[in-house]
Amino acid sequence: MSQSVIEVSALSFAYNQHPVLENINMQVAQGEFLAVLGPNGGGKTTLMRILLGVLQPSRGEVRVMGSAPGHLPHVVGYVPQSQSTGEKFPITVLETVLLGRLGHLGRWGRFSKTDQQLARQALEDVDMQEYAWRSIGSLSGGQRQRVLIARALAARPQILFLDEPTAAVDQAFHSRFYDLLKEMNESGTTILVISHDLSVLSSHVKAVACVNKNLYYHHAAEISQEMLEKVYHCPVELITHGDVPHRVLRHH
Amino acid sequence: MLEILQYDFMRNALLAGFLVSIACGIIGAMVVVNRLVFISGGIAHASYGGIGLAFFAGFPPSLGAGLAALISALTMGLVSHSRKHRADTVIGVIWAVGMSMGIILLDLTPGYRVDLMSYLFGSILMVPTSALWTMAGLSLFITALMLIFYKDFLAMSHDEEFARAVGVPVTALYFLLLVMVAMTVVMTIQVVGLILVIALLTIPSYIAEKYSSSLKQMMLLAVVISIIFTQTGIWLAFYLDLTTGATIVLVAAAAFIISGLLPERMIKDKAKHKS
Repeated sequence: MSQSVIEVSALSFAYNQHPVLENINMQVAQGEFLAVLGPNGGGKTTLMRILLGVLQPSRGEVRVMGSAPGHLPHVVGYVPQSQSTGEKFPITVLETVLLGRLGHLGRWGRFSKTDQQLARQALEDVDMQEYAWRSIGSLSGGQRQRVLIARALAARPQILFLDEPTAAVDQAFHSRFYDLLKEMNESGTTILVISHDLSVLSSHVKAVACVNKNLYYHHAAEISQEMLEKVYHCPVELITHGDVPHRVLRHH
Repeated sequence: MLEILQYDFMRNALLAGFLVSIACGIIGAMVVVNRLVFISGGIAHASYGGIGLAFFAGFPPSLGAGLAALISALTMGLVSHSRKHRADTVIGVIWAVGMSMGIILLDLTPGYRVDLMSYLFGSILMVPTSALWTMAGLSLFITALMLIFYKDFLAMSHDEEFARAVGVPVTALYFLLLVMVAMTVVMTIQVVGLILVIALLTIPSYIAEKYSSSLKQMMLLAVVISIIFTQTGIWLAFYLDLTTGATIVLVAAAAFIISGLLPERMIKDKAKHKS
Protein backbone atom coordinates (compact mmCIF):
# COMPACT_ATOMS: atom_id res chain seq x y z
CA MET A 1 0.00 0.00 0.00
CA SER A 2 1.56 3.29 -1.09
CA GLN A 3 1.38 6.20 1.31
CA SER A 4 -0.88 9.21 1.03
CA VAL A 5 0.60 12.37 -0.41
CA ILE A 6 -2.58 14.37 0.10
CA GLU A 7 -4.78 14.07 3.18
CA VAL A 8 -7.93 16.12 3.58
CA SER A 9 -10.23 15.78 6.54
CA ALA A 10 -13.49 17.58 7.28
CA LEU A 11 -12.60 20.39 4.92
CA SER A 12 -15.12 23.17 4.37
CA PHE A 13 -14.78 26.37 2.43
CA ALA A 14 -17.17 29.28 2.19
CA TYR A 15 -16.91 32.35 0.02
CA ASN A 16 -18.74 35.32 1.54
CA GLN A 17 -20.86 33.02 3.73
CA HIS A 18 -21.63 30.96 0.62
CA PRO A 19 -20.65 27.34 1.19
CA VAL A 20 -18.57 26.12 -1.75
CA LEU A 21 -17.15 22.94 -0.25
CA GLU A 22 -18.62 21.01 2.67
CA ASN A 23 -17.05 18.31 4.78
CA ILE A 24 -14.60 17.03 2.20
CA ASN A 25 -12.58 13.96 3.15
CA MET A 26 -10.04 12.57 0.76
CA GLN A 27 -6.77 10.73 0.62
CA VAL A 28 -4.66 10.62 -2.48
CA ALA A 29 -2.03 7.89 -2.62
CA GLN A 30 1.38 8.45 -4.11
CA GLY A 31 1.35 7.58 -7.81
CA GLU A 32 -2.37 8.24 -8.12
CA PHE A 33 -3.81 9.58 -11.38
CA LEU A 34 -7.00 11.27 -10.29
CA ALA A 35 -9.57 12.94 -12.48
CA VAL A 36 -11.60 15.60 -10.69
CA LEU A 37 -15.01 16.02 -12.25
CA GLY A 38 -18.07 18.01 -11.41
CA PRO A 39 -20.33 20.79 -12.62
CA ASN A 40 -19.02 24.32 -13.10
CA GLY A 41 -19.27 26.17 -9.81
CA GLY A 42 -19.17 22.85 -7.97
CA GLY A 43 -15.92 23.73 -6.24
CA LYS A 44 -13.31 21.79 -8.26
CA THR A 45 -11.02 24.75 -8.80
CA THR A 46 -11.55 25.94 -5.22
CA LEU A 47 -10.49 22.53 -3.91
CA MET A 48 -7.38 22.60 -6.07
CA ARG A 49 -6.49 26.11 -4.91
CA ILE A 50 -6.80 25.00 -1.29
CA LEU A 51 -4.53 22.01 -1.94
CA LEU A 52 -2.00 24.44 -3.44
CA GLY A 53 -2.18 26.83 -0.50
CA VAL A 54 -3.54 29.66 -2.65
CA LEU A 55 -6.79 29.70 -0.63
CA GLN A 56 -7.17 28.96 3.08
CA PRO A 57 -9.90 26.53 4.15
CA SER A 58 -12.64 27.83 6.44
CA ARG A 59 -12.57 24.59 8.43
CA GLY A 60 -10.86 21.24 8.38
CA GLU A 61 -7.33 20.05 7.85
CA VAL A 62 -5.27 19.65 4.72
CA ARG A 63 -1.84 18.02 4.47
CA VAL A 64 0.27 17.80 1.37
CA MET A 65 3.27 15.48 1.81
CA GLY A 66 2.76 15.87 5.54
CA SER A 67 2.94 19.68 5.50
CA ALA A 68 0.42 22.50 5.31
CA PRO A 69 -0.40 23.36 1.67
CA GLY A 70 1.93 25.88 0.10
CA HIS A 71 4.81 25.02 2.41
CA LEU A 72 6.56 22.70 -0.02
CA PRO A 73 6.43 24.69 -3.27
CA HIS A 74 9.18 22.58 -4.85
CA VAL A 75 7.14 19.36 -4.81
CA VAL A 76 4.09 20.70 -6.66
CA GLY A 77 3.47 21.76 -10.23
CA TYR A 78 0.39 23.70 -11.25
CA VAL A 79 -1.32 24.39 -14.55
CA PRO A 80 -4.05 26.96 -13.89
CA GLN A 81 -6.99 27.64 -16.15
CA SER A 82 -5.54 29.70 -18.96
CA GLN A 83 -7.97 32.60 -18.50
CA SER A 84 -6.38 33.45 -15.18
CA THR A 85 -3.13 34.71 -16.69
CA GLY A 86 -2.50 38.03 -18.37
CA GLU A 87 -2.51 37.69 -22.12
CA LYS A 88 -0.83 40.96 -22.93
CA PHE A 89 1.98 40.78 -20.41
CA PRO A 90 5.54 41.67 -21.41
CA ILE A 91 7.19 38.30 -20.78
CA THR A 92 8.90 35.84 -23.08
CA VAL A 93 7.98 32.18 -23.33
CA LEU A 94 11.27 31.04 -21.82
CA GLU A 95 10.96 33.49 -18.91
CA THR A 96 7.48 32.21 -18.18
CA VAL A 97 8.62 28.60 -18.09
CA LEU A 98 11.63 29.52 -15.97
CA LEU A 99 9.26 30.93 -13.34
CA GLY A 100 8.09 27.34 -12.88
CA ARG A 101 11.47 26.73 -11.21
CA LEU A 102 10.75 29.42 -8.61
CA GLY A 103 9.59 26.87 -6.03
CA HIS A 104 13.07 25.30 -6.07
CA LEU A 105 14.83 28.59 -5.43
CA GLY A 106 15.45 30.22 -2.11
CA ARG A 107 14.21 33.79 -1.75
CA TRP A 108 17.68 35.08 -2.64
CA GLY A 109 18.57 32.45 -5.22
CA ARG A 110 19.18 32.99 -8.91
CA PHE A 111 18.19 30.72 -11.77
CA SER A 112 21.04 28.34 -12.51
CA LYS A 113 22.21 26.56 -15.68
CA THR A 114 20.19 23.54 -14.55
CA ASP A 115 17.05 25.66 -14.21
CA GLN A 116 17.61 26.95 -17.76
CA GLN A 117 18.09 23.43 -19.09
CA LEU A 118 14.98 22.10 -17.35
CA ALA A 119 12.96 25.01 -18.70
CA ARG A 120 14.16 24.30 -22.26
CA GLN A 121 13.48 20.58 -21.80
CA ALA A 122 9.94 21.39 -20.67
CA LEU A 123 9.44 23.57 -23.75
CA GLU A 124 10.55 20.66 -25.92
CA ASP A 125 8.13 18.36 -24.11
CA VAL A 126 5.25 20.54 -25.27
CA ASP A 127 6.87 21.17 -28.66
CA MET A 128 7.26 24.92 -28.15
CA GLN A 129 11.07 25.19 -28.17
CA GLU A 130 11.22 27.41 -31.25
CA TYR A 131 8.99 29.98 -29.52
CA ALA A 132 11.37 30.46 -26.57
CA TRP A 133 12.05 34.14 -27.36
CA ARG A 134 8.57 35.09 -28.43
CA SER A 135 6.49 37.19 -26.10
CA ILE A 136 3.46 35.53 -24.55
CA GLY A 137 1.16 38.11 -26.09
CA SER A 138 2.08 37.02 -29.61
CA LEU A 139 0.92 33.43 -29.09
CA SER A 140 -2.45 31.84 -29.78
CA GLY A 141 -4.58 30.64 -26.89
CA GLY A 142 -3.57 27.04 -27.46
CA GLN A 143 0.13 27.86 -27.63
CA ARG A 144 -0.15 29.89 -24.46
CA GLN A 145 -1.73 26.96 -22.68
CA ARG A 146 1.16 24.74 -23.78
CA VAL A 147 3.57 27.24 -22.26
CA LEU A 148 1.67 27.08 -18.97
CA ILE A 149 1.92 23.30 -19.09
CA ALA A 150 5.67 23.57 -19.72
CA ARG A 151 5.95 25.94 -16.75
CA ALA A 152 4.50 23.24 -14.49
CA LEU A 153 6.65 20.49 -16.05
CA ALA A 154 9.82 22.53 -15.53
CA ALA A 155 9.32 22.21 -11.78
CA ARG A 156 9.76 18.40 -12.09
CA PRO A 157 6.94 18.11 -9.56
CA GLN A 158 6.12 15.11 -7.41
CA ILE A 159 2.48 16.16 -7.46
CA LEU A 160 1.07 17.77 -10.58
CA PHE A 161 -2.17 19.77 -10.41
CA LEU A 162 -3.90 20.61 -13.67
CA ASP A 163 -7.04 22.73 -14.01
CA GLU A 164 -8.61 22.09 -17.41
CA PRO A 165 -5.22 21.95 -19.12
CA THR A 166 -6.58 21.08 -22.55
CA ALA A 167 -9.47 23.54 -22.74
CA ALA A 168 -7.71 25.61 -25.41
CA VAL A 169 -5.10 23.32 -26.99
CA ASP A 170 -5.44 21.85 -30.45
CA GLN A 171 -6.46 18.26 -31.10
CA ALA A 172 -3.01 17.21 -32.33
CA PHE A 173 -1.42 18.12 -29.05
CA HIS A 174 -4.26 16.64 -27.05
CA SER A 175 -3.44 12.95 -27.13
CA ARG A 176 0.30 13.58 -27.02
CA PHE A 177 -0.27 15.57 -23.88
CA TYR A 178 -2.17 12.79 -22.14
CA ASP A 179 0.51 10.30 -23.14
CA LEU A 180 3.05 12.61 -21.56
CA LEU A 181 0.99 12.71 -18.35
CA LYS A 182 0.77 8.92 -18.38
CA GLU A 183 4.54 8.66 -18.76
CA MET A 184 5.07 11.02 -15.84
CA ASN A 185 2.56 9.09 -13.77
CA GLU A 186 4.30 5.80 -14.52
CA SER A 187 7.57 7.25 -13.31
CA GLY A 188 5.99 8.14 -9.98
CA THR A 189 4.34 11.57 -10.34
CA THR A 190 1.00 11.90 -8.61
CA ILE A 191 -1.46 13.66 -10.91
CA LEU A 192 -4.71 15.47 -10.16
CA VAL A 193 -6.49 16.80 -13.19
CA ILE A 194 -9.72 18.76 -13.53
CA SER A 195 -11.10 18.07 -16.95
CA HIS A 196 -14.19 17.43 -18.99
CA ASP A 197 -12.21 15.28 -21.41
CA LEU A 198 -13.76 12.04 -20.30
CA SER A 199 -13.10 10.30 -23.59
CA VAL A 200 -9.32 10.64 -23.32
CA LEU A 201 -9.08 10.60 -19.55
CA SER A 202 -10.95 7.37 -19.06
CA SER A 203 -8.09 5.35 -20.52
CA HIS A 204 -5.50 7.03 -18.28
CA VAL A 205 -6.88 7.77 -14.86
CA LYS A 206 -6.82 5.40 -11.94
CA ALA A 207 -9.50 7.08 -9.87
CA VAL A 208 -12.19 9.68 -10.14
CA ALA A 209 -13.34 12.30 -7.66
CA CYS A 210 -16.64 14.04 -8.22
CA VAL A 211 -16.90 17.44 -6.59
CA ASN A 212 -20.17 19.25 -6.14
CA LYS A 213 -19.95 20.88 -2.75
CA ASN A 214 -19.30 17.37 -1.43
CA LEU A 215 -16.77 14.93 -2.77
CA TYR A 216 -17.29 11.37 -3.96
CA TYR A 217 -14.17 9.35 -4.49
CA HIS A 218 -14.28 6.38 -6.85
CA HIS A 219 -11.31 4.07 -6.61
CA ALA A 220 -10.79 1.76 -9.50
CA ALA A 221 -8.37 -1.13 -9.68
CA GLU A 222 -8.62 -1.11 -13.43
CA ILE A 223 -10.12 1.08 -16.05
CA SER A 224 -13.34 -0.56 -16.98
CA GLN A 225 -16.73 0.05 -18.41
CA GLU A 226 -17.94 -0.11 -14.85
CA MET A 227 -15.73 2.78 -13.88
CA LEU A 228 -16.86 4.83 -16.80
CA GLU A 229 -20.35 4.18 -15.54
CA LYS A 230 -19.30 5.61 -12.23
CA VAL A 231 -17.80 8.62 -13.94
CA TYR A 232 -21.02 9.29 -15.70
CA HIS A 233 -22.96 9.00 -12.48
CA CYS A 234 -21.40 12.23 -11.46
CA PRO A 235 -23.68 15.21 -11.72
CA VAL A 236 -21.69 16.51 -14.66
CA GLU A 237 -23.14 19.14 -16.95
CA LEU A 238 -23.84 18.57 -20.60
CA ILE A 239 -20.58 17.79 -22.33
CA THR A 240 -20.44 19.73 -25.52
CA HIS A 241 -17.12 19.36 -27.27
CA GLY A 242 -15.36 16.65 -29.24
CA ASP A 243 -17.00 13.37 -30.12
CA VAL A 244 -18.24 12.78 -26.61
CA PRO A 245 -21.90 11.95 -26.60
CA HIS A 246 -24.06 14.59 -24.98
CA ARG A 247 -25.98 13.37 -22.04
CA VAL A 248 -27.72 14.61 -18.97
CA LEU A 249 -26.47 12.78 -15.95
CA ARG A 250 -28.48 11.88 -12.95
CA HIS A 251 -27.52 12.92 -9.45
CA HIS A 252 -25.97 10.78 -6.76
CA MET B 1 22.23 76.18 -26.46
CA LEU B 2 24.40 75.01 -23.57
CA GLU B 3 24.15 78.25 -21.58
CA ILE B 4 21.32 76.54 -19.75
CA LEU B 5 24.01 74.62 -17.86
CA GLN B 6 25.56 77.82 -16.49
CA TYR B 7 22.78 78.16 -13.97
CA ASP B 8 22.93 76.12 -10.79
CA PHE B 9 19.16 75.78 -10.65
CA MET B 10 19.05 74.45 -14.21
CA ARG B 11 21.78 71.91 -13.53
CA ASN B 12 19.83 70.79 -10.44
CA ALA B 13 16.61 70.65 -12.41
CA LEU B 14 18.10 68.49 -15.17
CA LEU B 15 19.71 66.21 -12.60
CA ALA B 16 16.44 65.93 -10.63
CA GLY B 17 14.62 65.03 -13.84
CA PHE B 18 17.22 62.36 -14.52
CA LEU B 19 17.06 60.82 -11.03
CA VAL B 20 13.29 60.84 -10.85
CA SER B 21 13.14 59.16 -14.26
CA ILE B 22 14.96 56.11 -12.93
CA ALA B 23 12.32 55.48 -10.27
CA CYS B 24 9.46 56.49 -12.57
CA GLY B 25 10.53 54.07 -15.29
CA ILE B 26 10.94 51.07 -12.98
CA ILE B 27 7.91 51.69 -10.78
CA GLY B 28 5.82 53.03 -13.66
CA ALA B 29 6.22 49.69 -15.47
CA MET B 30 5.02 47.87 -12.36
CA VAL B 31 2.13 50.33 -11.93
CA VAL B 32 1.01 49.80 -15.53
CA VAL B 33 1.22 45.99 -15.64
CA ASN B 34 -0.37 45.61 -12.21
CA ARG B 35 -3.09 48.19 -12.97
CA LEU B 36 -2.19 50.39 -10.01
CA VAL B 37 -2.68 53.69 -11.85
CA PHE B 38 -5.70 54.70 -9.80
CA ILE B 39 -4.01 53.83 -6.49
CA SER B 40 -0.96 55.83 -7.57
CA GLY B 41 -3.16 58.85 -8.30
CA GLY B 42 -4.76 58.39 -4.89
CA ILE B 43 -1.37 58.28 -3.17
CA ALA B 44 -0.23 61.44 -4.99
CA HIS B 45 -3.29 63.47 -4.05
CA ALA B 46 -3.62 62.15 -0.50
CA SER B 47 -0.01 63.20 0.11
CA TYR B 48 -1.22 66.80 -0.12
CA GLY B 49 -2.88 66.21 3.25
CA GLY B 50 0.59 65.58 4.65
CA ILE B 51 1.92 68.78 3.10
CA GLY B 52 -0.91 70.74 4.74
CA LEU B 53 -0.25 69.09 8.08
CA ALA B 54 3.46 69.85 7.78
CA PHE B 55 2.83 73.56 7.34
CA PHE B 56 0.21 73.58 10.08
CA ALA B 57 2.39 71.75 12.61
CA GLY B 58 5.65 73.24 11.43
CA PHE B 59 7.72 70.36 10.08
CA PRO B 60 9.30 69.94 6.62
CA PRO B 61 6.64 69.52 3.89
CA SER B 62 8.60 66.74 2.16
CA LEU B 63 8.44 64.74 5.39
CA GLY B 64 4.70 65.38 5.63
CA ALA B 65 4.17 64.34 2.02
CA GLY B 66 6.25 61.21 2.55
CA LEU B 67 4.34 60.13 5.65
CA ALA B 68 0.93 60.82 4.12
CA ALA B 69 1.91 58.94 0.95
CA LEU B 70 3.10 55.96 2.96
CA ILE B 71 0.01 55.84 5.18
CA SER B 72 -2.41 56.26 2.28
CA ALA B 73 -0.52 53.64 0.21
CA LEU B 74 -0.78 51.06 2.97
CA THR B 75 -4.42 51.90 3.66
CA MET B 76 -5.31 51.59 -0.02
CA GLY B 77 -3.35 48.33 -0.13
CA LEU B 78 -5.39 46.93 2.75
CA VAL B 79 -8.66 48.01 1.16
CA SER B 80 -7.81 46.69 -2.30
CA HIS B 81 -6.78 43.40 -0.71
CA SER B 82 -9.66 42.78 1.65
CA ARG B 83 -12.69 44.20 -0.16
CA LYS B 84 -11.84 44.08 -3.81
CA HIS B 85 -15.29 44.84 -5.16
CA ARG B 86 -15.48 48.41 -3.79
CA ALA B 87 -11.77 49.14 -3.59
CA ASP B 88 -11.82 51.80 -6.30
CA THR B 89 -14.56 53.74 -4.49
CA VAL B 90 -12.68 53.73 -1.20
CA ILE B 91 -9.48 54.77 -2.97
CA GLY B 92 -11.40 57.65 -4.56
CA VAL B 93 -12.59 58.73 -1.12
CA ILE B 94 -9.09 58.66 0.38
CA TRP B 95 -7.87 60.62 -2.67
CA ALA B 96 -10.40 63.43 -2.13
CA VAL B 97 -10.26 63.50 1.67
CA GLY B 98 -6.45 63.71 1.72
CA MET B 99 -6.46 66.57 -0.74
CA SER B 100 -9.21 68.46 1.15
CA MET B 101 -7.48 68.01 4.48
CA GLY B 102 -4.37 69.56 2.99
CA ILE B 103 -6.28 72.59 1.78
CA ILE B 104 -8.15 73.08 5.09
CA LEU B 105 -4.97 72.69 7.14
CA LEU B 106 -3.29 75.33 4.98
CA ASP B 107 -6.32 77.62 5.53
CA LEU B 108 -5.88 77.18 9.27
CA THR B 109 -2.16 77.87 9.15
CA PRO B 110 -1.49 81.44 10.24
CA GLY B 111 0.95 83.64 8.38
CA TYR B 112 1.88 83.63 4.74
CA ARG B 113 -0.07 81.84 2.05
CA VAL B 114 1.79 78.78 0.74
CA ASP B 115 2.16 78.61 -3.01
CA LEU B 116 -0.31 75.86 -3.80
CA MET B 117 0.72 75.81 -7.45
CA SER B 118 4.25 74.65 -6.72
CA TYR B 119 2.89 71.44 -5.19
CA LEU B 120 0.23 70.90 -7.80
CA PHE B 121 2.53 71.43 -10.76
CA GLY B 122 5.97 70.95 -9.27
CA SER B 123 8.85 73.25 -8.50
CA ILE B 124 11.73 71.64 -10.30
CA LEU B 125 13.54 74.97 -10.72
CA MET B 126 13.77 75.23 -6.93
CA VAL B 127 15.12 71.78 -6.15
CA PRO B 128 17.89 72.23 -3.57
CA THR B 129 21.04 70.11 -3.73
CA SER B 130 20.02 68.30 -0.54
CA ALA B 131 16.85 67.06 -2.28
CA LEU B 132 18.99 65.70 -5.09
CA TRP B 133 20.80 63.47 -2.62
CA THR B 134 17.46 62.18 -1.30
CA MET B 135 16.32 61.50 -4.86
CA ALA B 136 19.54 59.66 -5.65
CA GLY B 137 19.21 57.59 -2.50
CA LEU B 138 15.58 56.68 -3.14
CA SER B 139 16.22 55.82 -6.79
CA LEU B 140 19.14 53.61 -5.81
CA PHE B 141 17.05 51.95 -3.11
CA ILE B 142 14.17 51.26 -5.50
CA THR B 143 16.53 49.90 -8.15
CA ALA B 144 18.19 47.62 -5.59
CA LEU B 145 14.87 46.27 -4.32
CA MET B 146 13.77 45.58 -7.88
CA LEU B 147 17.01 43.74 -8.67
CA ILE B 148 16.72 41.60 -5.54
CA PHE B 149 13.05 40.68 -5.92
CA TYR B 150 12.74 40.88 -9.70
CA LYS B 151 11.71 37.28 -10.33
CA ASP B 152 9.21 37.39 -7.49
CA PHE B 153 7.72 40.67 -8.72
CA LEU B 154 7.61 39.20 -12.22
CA ALA B 155 5.82 36.06 -11.04
CA MET B 156 3.33 38.07 -8.97
CA SER B 157 2.57 40.52 -11.77
CA HIS B 158 2.19 37.90 -14.46
CA ASP B 159 0.14 35.28 -12.61
CA GLU B 160 -0.64 35.97 -8.98
CA GLU B 161 -2.27 32.62 -8.31
CA PHE B 162 0.65 30.67 -9.73
CA ALA B 163 3.07 32.85 -7.80
CA ARG B 164 1.31 31.92 -4.56
CA ALA B 165 1.42 28.25 -5.50
CA VAL B 166 5.20 28.34 -5.98
CA GLY B 167 5.72 30.04 -2.63
CA VAL B 168 6.11 33.71 -3.57
CA PRO B 169 4.98 35.87 -0.59
CA VAL B 170 2.53 37.77 -2.79
CA THR B 171 0.80 39.82 -0.08
CA ALA B 172 4.06 41.08 1.41
CA LEU B 173 5.41 41.90 -2.06
CA TYR B 174 2.24 43.78 -2.95
CA PHE B 175 2.63 46.04 0.06
CA LEU B 176 6.33 46.48 -0.64
CA LEU B 177 5.42 47.56 -4.16
CA LEU B 178 2.94 50.12 -2.81
CA VAL B 179 5.63 51.52 -0.50
CA MET B 180 7.93 51.82 -3.52
CA VAL B 181 5.12 53.59 -5.41
CA ALA B 182 4.72 56.01 -2.49
CA MET B 183 8.46 56.80 -2.51
CA THR B 184 8.41 57.39 -6.25
CA VAL B 185 5.32 59.59 -6.06
CA VAL B 186 6.73 61.83 -3.31
CA MET B 187 9.97 62.21 -5.25
CA THR B 188 8.22 62.96 -8.53
CA ILE B 189 5.89 65.54 -6.97
CA GLN B 190 8.88 67.88 -6.68
CA VAL B 191 9.48 67.64 -10.40
CA VAL B 192 6.06 67.67 -12.05
CA GLY B 193 3.69 68.20 -9.11
CA LEU B 194 1.06 65.88 -7.69
CA ILE B 195 -1.44 66.40 -10.49
CA LEU B 196 1.04 65.35 -13.16
CA VAL B 197 2.76 62.46 -11.36
CA ILE B 198 0.50 59.98 -13.08
CA ALA B 199 1.69 61.15 -16.49
CA LEU B 200 5.32 60.38 -15.73
CA LEU B 201 4.41 57.02 -14.21
CA THR B 202 2.23 55.87 -17.07
CA ILE B 203 3.19 57.45 -20.39
CA PRO B 204 6.83 56.26 -20.62
CA SER B 205 5.82 52.75 -19.46
CA TYR B 206 2.93 52.60 -21.86
CA ILE B 207 5.14 53.49 -24.82
CA ALA B 208 7.89 51.14 -23.59
CA GLU B 209 5.50 48.20 -23.28
CA LYS B 210 4.76 48.31 -27.00
CA TYR B 211 8.38 47.68 -27.86
CA SER B 212 9.28 45.24 -25.09
CA SER B 213 9.00 41.48 -24.88
CA SER B 214 9.98 41.31 -21.22
CA LEU B 215 9.25 43.30 -18.07
CA LYS B 216 12.96 44.02 -17.58
CA GLN B 217 13.17 45.51 -21.06
CA MET B 218 10.02 47.54 -20.44
CA MET B 219 11.49 49.03 -17.27
CA LEU B 220 14.79 49.95 -18.91
CA LEU B 221 13.10 51.46 -21.93
CA ALA B 222 10.67 53.40 -19.71
CA VAL B 223 13.62 54.86 -17.78
CA VAL B 224 15.27 56.00 -21.02
CA ILE B 225 12.05 57.47 -22.40
CA SER B 226 11.34 59.21 -19.11
CA ILE B 227 14.83 60.75 -19.12
CA ILE B 228 14.27 62.04 -22.65
CA PHE B 229 10.90 63.55 -21.65
CA THR B 230 12.16 65.33 -18.52
CA GLN B 231 15.33 66.70 -20.16
CA THR B 232 13.47 67.87 -23.27
CA GLY B 233 10.66 69.35 -21.16
CA ILE B 234 12.99 71.29 -18.87
CA TRP B 235 14.96 72.60 -21.81
CA LEU B 236 11.85 73.68 -23.74
CA ALA B 237 10.28 75.30 -20.67
CA PHE B 238 13.44 77.31 -20.10
CA TYR B 239 13.58 78.71 -23.63
CA LEU B 240 9.85 79.20 -24.07
CA ASP B 241 9.39 80.52 -20.52
CA LEU B 242 6.69 77.99 -19.58
CA THR B 243 5.78 76.03 -16.43
CA THR B 244 8.28 73.20 -16.36
CA GLY B 245 6.15 70.35 -14.96
CA ALA B 246 3.34 70.94 -17.43
CA THR B 247 5.82 71.25 -20.32
CA ILE B 248 7.37 67.86 -19.44
CA VAL B 249 3.94 66.27 -19.42
CA LEU B 250 3.01 67.81 -22.78
CA VAL B 251 6.26 66.55 -24.29
CA ALA B 252 5.30 63.11 -22.99
CA ALA B 253 1.77 63.48 -24.35
CA ALA B 254 3.10 64.41 -27.80
CA ALA B 255 5.32 61.30 -27.82
CA PHE B 256 2.37 59.26 -26.59
CA ILE B 257 0.27 60.34 -29.57
CA ILE B 258 3.12 59.81 -32.06
CA SER B 259 3.81 56.33 -30.68
CA GLY B 260 0.15 55.52 -31.14
CA LEU B 261 0.54 56.24 -34.85
CA LEU B 262 3.65 54.06 -35.22
CA PRO B 263 3.27 50.30 -35.71
CA GLU B 264 4.24 47.97 -32.90
CA ARG B 265 7.58 46.31 -33.40
CA MET B 266 7.19 43.05 -35.25
CA ILE B 267 7.51 40.55 -32.45
CA LYS B 268 8.01 37.74 -34.92
CA ASP B 269 11.58 38.89 -35.53
CA LYS B 270 12.34 37.70 -32.06
CA ALA B 271 11.73 34.09 -33.02
CA LYS B 272 14.85 34.12 -35.20
CA HIS B 273 16.79 35.12 -32.12
CA LYS B 274 16.77 31.43 -31.12
CA SER B 275 19.01 29.75 -28.60
